[in-house]
Amino acid sequence: MKTFNIKRLASFALATLGAAMFAVPAFAADAPKIDSGDTAWLLTSTALVLLMTIPGLALFYGGMVRKKNVIATVAQSFVITCLVTIIWMVIGYSASFTPNADAGLNQFVGDITFFMTKVNVTSTNSLAATIPEYVFVMFQMTFAIITPALIAGAFAERMKFSALILFMILWALFVYIPIAHMVWGGGILGAKIGVLDFAGGTVVHINAGVAGLMCALFLGKRKGYGTENMAPSNLVYTMIGASLLWVGWFGFNAGSAVASNALAGAAMMNTQVATAAAALAWMVVEWVERKKPGMLGLASGAVAGLVAITPAAGFVNPQGALIIGIVAGAGCYAAAVWLKKIFKYDDSLDAFGVHGIGGIIGALLTGVLADKAINSLGEGASLLKQAEGVGATIVYTAVVTSIILLICKFTTGLRVSEEAEVEGLDQALHGEALHE
Amino acid sequence: MKLIIAVVKPFKLDEVREALVAAGVEGLTVSEVKGYGRQKGQTEIYRGAEYQVNFVPKVKLEAVVDDGAAAKAVEAIKAAAATGKIGDGKIFVLNVEDAVRIRTGETGSAAL
Repeated sequence: MKTFNIKRLASFALATLGAAMFAVPAFAADAPKIDSGDTAWLLTSTALVLLMTIPGLALFYGGMVRKKNVIATVAQSFVITCLVTIIWMVIGYSASFTPNADAGLNQFVGDITFFMTKVNVTSTNSLAATIPEYVFVMFQMTFAIITPALIAGAFAERMKFSALILFMILWALFVYIPIAHMVWGGGILGAKIGVLDFAGGTVVHINAGVAGLMCALFLGKRKGYGTENMAPSNLVYTMIGASLLWVGWFGFNAGSAVASNALAGAAMMNTQVATAAAALAWMVVEWVERKKPGMLGLASGAVAGLVAITPAAGFVNPQGALIIGIVAGAGCYAAAVWLKKIFKYDDSLDAFGVHGIGGIIGALLTGVLADKAINSLGEGASLLKQAEGVGATIVYTAVVTSIILLICKFTTGLRVSEEAEVEGLDQALHGEALHE
Repeated sequence: MKLIIAVVKPFKLDEVREALVAAGVEGLTVSEVKGYGRQKGQTEIYRGAEYQVNFVPKVKLEAVVDDGAAAKAVEAIKAAAATGKIGDGKIFVLNVEDAVRIRTGETGSAAL
């Protein structure tokens, strides 16, 4: 997302320079016009990315929990969608994607203007100059929605609803917004260090994955973890959810070209290849190691591939995408199956194992596999810069998420009572139940 | 008269039924049941987490036959239900005191 930005800025700058040779500056006249093709694709992409969270992620997670927690789990995705929408309108967009007048502060956070009062029907954002700003606000909003929703996989089946609401508000404000600004909005990581993150490997997936790990550590294991049967209640929901994520991800990755062009096409191609490769890689490892290839494994592998190709989608070629997919499928299997066992934490639905590890694999491999024939910005790619982006995100997210969890712990409390946990969150928190 | 109770693998039901018909058994009651024997349930694995499923789906057949036909019926079930693998099931044979056909009031072997 940010590369296209930079790419666009670069081509805009070049065009401006070229024009300047013939005519003395006429900046306003040189500003790119709204492009109806770009606008149409971004409107479409926005809808696709929203579809990823509701119902995509809701079903993906909902199918993996026990029957007594299905409604509570899908409700989490839904309420997060609503909460983040309002936060984005009130302050999120401004603080993430518009420049702060103070150049020092701008490294970390954007302009603080409430209620979108600077956005109107004729305005555009220089990061996406060929689409109306309202469309850009909406497109970015859907990313801000899915990121916190992903975290919910780590604390599934045991977090209080009130704690979830408080946590998500604080997390969107103090983790998502600054990271989005630092990587995409003109802040220190993207604009200064040159971290490449096409569609959100760092901002969305590493960010959510690490936050998820912190949640799993703070909340502790589910009651009966390791002894009671916690098998998924409905893997058909999970398969439908994973499929909706896959389709929606075309909006996420190809939409992140912020244009209806060849780069968007390359991103779509790469997304498809990496996803299929990762699903097959997970399946093969599981087949060899556990003797049976499962549907949950196929779905998990596909999501791991989607995650890993996200930062790379607009930088690598399809050969690179194939490599990223294979590494991500096998790597995330290892994280979800072995890492969790070794360190004995209960990342219930593997938010860290799939999104954290997948995001790290994708972000690092972007530095290795970037092809400048796909995207000229790939020329400056380096493993070191990518590692700096990954490291900075991990540290920032881990620290601030921990502080937020402590705040929740001492105000709302984090976990439901043991009784509620045994009864199930559907009944205990929502007064509802699945009937057959 | 003997009551033959057989617990077999569900996918073997059709073969067992055909074998019993061939062996001259006229009637059969079938129910879907769950249980375990030496097979000790099954293992389900989700992302590496293994769960033991204690009760495995089985089919239970009940048939009452004449004393003289019992051995043949048991042999028919045994042959048809066998796969050679663990979990093939069991056959029990019990004595039956009497039987009544409700429609006609016939009793004993005539009611079968």
